[in-house]
Amino acid sequence: MPQQLKRLVVLFAILAAGLLAARHFLRPATFGERGHYRSAAVTTVAAQPIHYAGRESCAACHTEIVATHRGARHQTVSCEVCHGPAAAHTESPTENRLPAPRERGYCPLCHGYDPSRPTGFPQIDPVAHNPLKACITCHKPHQPEPPHVPQECSACHGEIARMKAFSHHALLDCTRCHATPVRHKVTPRVVRPDKPRTREFCGGCHASDARGPKEIPRVDMETHGGRYLCWQCHYPHYPEGK
Amino acid sequence: MEPLREILQQVVGYIYPNEVELHWGLLIVVYPYLTGLVAGAFILASLVRVFNVKEVEPTYRLSLLTALAYLIVAPLPLLAHLGRPERAFEIFLTPNLNSAMAMFGFVYAWYLMVVLLLEIWFDYRKDLVLWSQGEKGVRRWVHWLLTLGATELSPRALRFDQSASRLITIIGIPSAFLLHGYVGFIFGSVKANPWWSSVLMPIVFLFSAIVSGIALVLLLYLLSTLLRSKPVDMICLDKLATFLFYALVVDFSLEMLDFIHRLYEAEESIHILSQLVSSRLFLSLVVLQALLGTVLPLLLLGIVSPALRSRGVIALPDELRRLLYVGSAVLIQIGIFSTRWNVVIGGQLFSKSLRGLTVYKMQLMGLEGLFMSGFLLMLPLLLLLLLIAVLPPWPESPHASQEKTA
Amino acid sequence: MDERSKPVAPPAEEICAERRAFVRTCSLAAPLLLLGLRAAAVRAFAGADAPYDPKEHYYGMGVDIAKCIGCGRCVEACKTENDVLREPFYFRTWVERYVITPAGETVVDSPQGGIAGFSGTTSEKGILRTFFVPKLCNQCANPPCVQVCPVGATFLTEDGVVLVDRDYCIGCRYCIQACPYGARYLDPRTHTADKCTFCYHRVVKGLLPACVEVCPTGARVFGDLKQRSSPLNRFTRFNKVQVLKAHMNTEPKVYYSNLDGEVR
Repeated sequence: MPQQLKRLVVLFAILAAGLLAARHFLRPATFGERGHYRSAAVTTVAAQPIHYAGRESCAACHTEIVATHRGARHQTVSCEVCHGPAAAHTESPTENRLPAPRERGYCPLCHGYDPSRPTGFPQIDPVAHNPLKACITCHKPHQPEPPHVPQECSACHGEIARMKAFSHHALLDCTRCHATPVRHKVTPRVVRPDKPRTREFCGGCHASDARGPKEIPRVDMETHGGRYLCWQCHYPHYPEGK
Repeated sequence: MEPLREILQQVVGYIYPNEVELHWGLLIVVYPYLTGLVAGAFILASLVRVFNVKEVEPTYRLSLLTALAYLIVAPLPLLAHLGRPERAFEIFLTPNLNSAMAMFGFVYAWYLMVVLLLEIWFDYRKDLVLWSQGEKGVRRWVHWLLTLGATELSPRALRFDQSASRLITIIGIPSAFLLHGYVGFIFGSVKANPWWSSVLMPIVFLFSAIVSGIALVLLLYLLSTLLRSKPVDMICLDKLATFLFYALVVDFSLEMLDFIHRLYEAEESIHILSQLVSSRLFLSLVVLQALLGTVLPLLLLGIVSPALRSRGVIALPDELRRLLYVGSAVLIQIGIFSTRWNVVIGGQLFSKSLRGLTVYKMQLMGLEGLFMSGFLLMLPLLLLLLLIAVLPPWPESPHASQEKTA
Repeated sequence: MDERSKPVAPPAEEICAERRAFVRTCSLAAPLLLLGLRAAAVRAFAGADAPYDPKEHYYGMGVDIAKCIGCGRCVEACKTENDVLREPFYFRTWVERYVITPAGETVVDSPQGGIAGFSGTTSEKGILRTFFVPKLCNQCANPPCVQVCPVGATFLTEDGVVLVDRDYCIGCRYCIQACPYGARYLDPRTHTADKCTFCYHRVVKGLLPACVEVCPTGARVFGDLKQRSSPLNRFTRFNKVQVLKAHMNTEPKVYYSNLDGEVR
């Protein structure tokens, strides 16, 4: 073997040995047990401290409130949403008391009107709705059902009512088009109002041969709109709006 | 936190909340620039050994030393950038073989140890032996140490040096491709980022590396020759400029291909990317990278170098030609650095939601600051001075500069 | 007291005496058996005797866009539970608001991740559709972040959660670049990568992730895909679900119901 090669082989052998030794000593103990990672890391993550106790833990002591809350409108709202993280409280309840938000500014966080919120979610205008009173004056947080059934549709469907008020249909009652059982005011999502199911319904005012003031726009029901129900093209709460 | 708050004010459109902080900054722009120069300088050296381009022989050893100087500095920006640099060795302990970045440690080690250092050693060995025999003092011992004790100078031993050197260069060419190509792959394989994700990325990186490497060696050769008050070998310089021109043509074609392909396919990301190029990246991409960094040098080199016509499309006297070569090489360095900037920073200036643009706030001080990067760009040149002192690369040129008049 | 708890009158013959005795034994044994089973279940959750076996679980999450009200309680709870920096640059989960105008433009925003809710949506150009979209790490089954980590500091556990090894991460930020969803960030305190863990420390003890726990409308649903009777299984049964950026083939495990096509 040429002299150069001999020297190089020795040099590389020393380097390789050194690297292998370093690798042996430095490689973490639990690496590769379950995959290309340190198994000890899973233990570290799982050992993180817990701050939220979970709603199941509240029932152990606060049985009455939980029982009331379970059957009421806020049943999907966990205790800790409003009362904050309770893990410390379950450890030593009297030393770590939880806050209970009572100010008016708190409830609109969820219930303030926002068009991006789903239709049908209970929303109010925080400025106009019973101004200056705390929400809890009328709505008990654990049983927030309104003190009495709303009188007008606009109490819950404010945005629709406001829009309709500026439209050609302003003077039409909601119930003119929407058959609404009385129970809708008590359990709104279970018992729902109806929508007109036929073209003839709207034709009652808008057909060419319908009786009524001539200011009402008329269309030929045979040809106008073909197969569609009227509200599949027209928005009834603001019919010819921009 | 304050820089992040400022950035938040300057966001246009929508970016994901976690995207306010730009993660790969100036240091990550510097790194591919440095490794690109390594690969480019080495490819130039390989032209001599493997493709027997005798004209650029005077630059052979200089290219190798340049590559070595830049290679030694190359890991520094990466180390400075890591959140936990003290854990960097983990890449060697538990490399994730699915990760292109994990390959860095091994590709780098391979290239340094097996390719570059061996190449230099085999090429210099005879001189090292002769120097260590003739000199006195520290230099004698340094050179003797570097021989590793292999002091045989028989014809057989010298022939072995030659063939070993050639073999290593042959292995070295794909290794150089790998060294810089994998950086392109690191970006090109990120499917989450439409600016980076491209099959062409490793190829574009590589060819822009070759361009920058040749341009750098051209500048260094010229500078070192003038500093040593030696006559400039214009034939060598002309050949370098010719290769630079060819490499630039390929590089430009690849970049145009990428551009045309993007515009033609017009995928969903085209809207935000067009906005990106026309607003945030206009200066660095259209002006610096494309016009000043590629088109102008292409024109200059095409017209003045012997690439298209043996005396140049317009024959110019040596001094003027030299000046234009220098100008082109400098523009190319700026252009290639801008290329790295446009890829790295550009890819993070738009949101992955494809709905917004953010800004990069460059700092002055600190590890991620401008001064640190400036230092890292200068450091290889300082290192090169040291290497030149220990391993002088100057053969006296076989072609003395001759006055060529138009 | 309803009809079911009144005992059935036994027949008068002797044979029925045996039946009576049998029924008595069973009615005594059954509650004891049930108590025993319940105790075992509780122990399994608490991990006292039967240690948690990740191979028996595979976690995912469902999000119903039609229920999200954008209150931001989830963002708040996540930061509290997981000790995430309060600055608006580091989020394990956040809520986006989409407004689609009649002209077809889509405007998206997420003020401080939605942690304090959103101010009332207004749009000068009118609103065609508008909704909230909670976002979090999708805990992909084919995670690009795990693929690119050079040292194995981020990984997919056997129970389907992608975790980060804070003590091993070198802070190279490649995983942050590779995530198509913007779910990762670098914790400036530890200089390591961080992200949503599905509240792994809660989940292995039988609790729900903090964001699911506090969601007031039940828009977030957590479940074990290996359990037949799990909220998530029912969620994916009743809803047509989509995932984000399906074309990237990351196989996300956060399933969105009522997801709009404009959501990125």
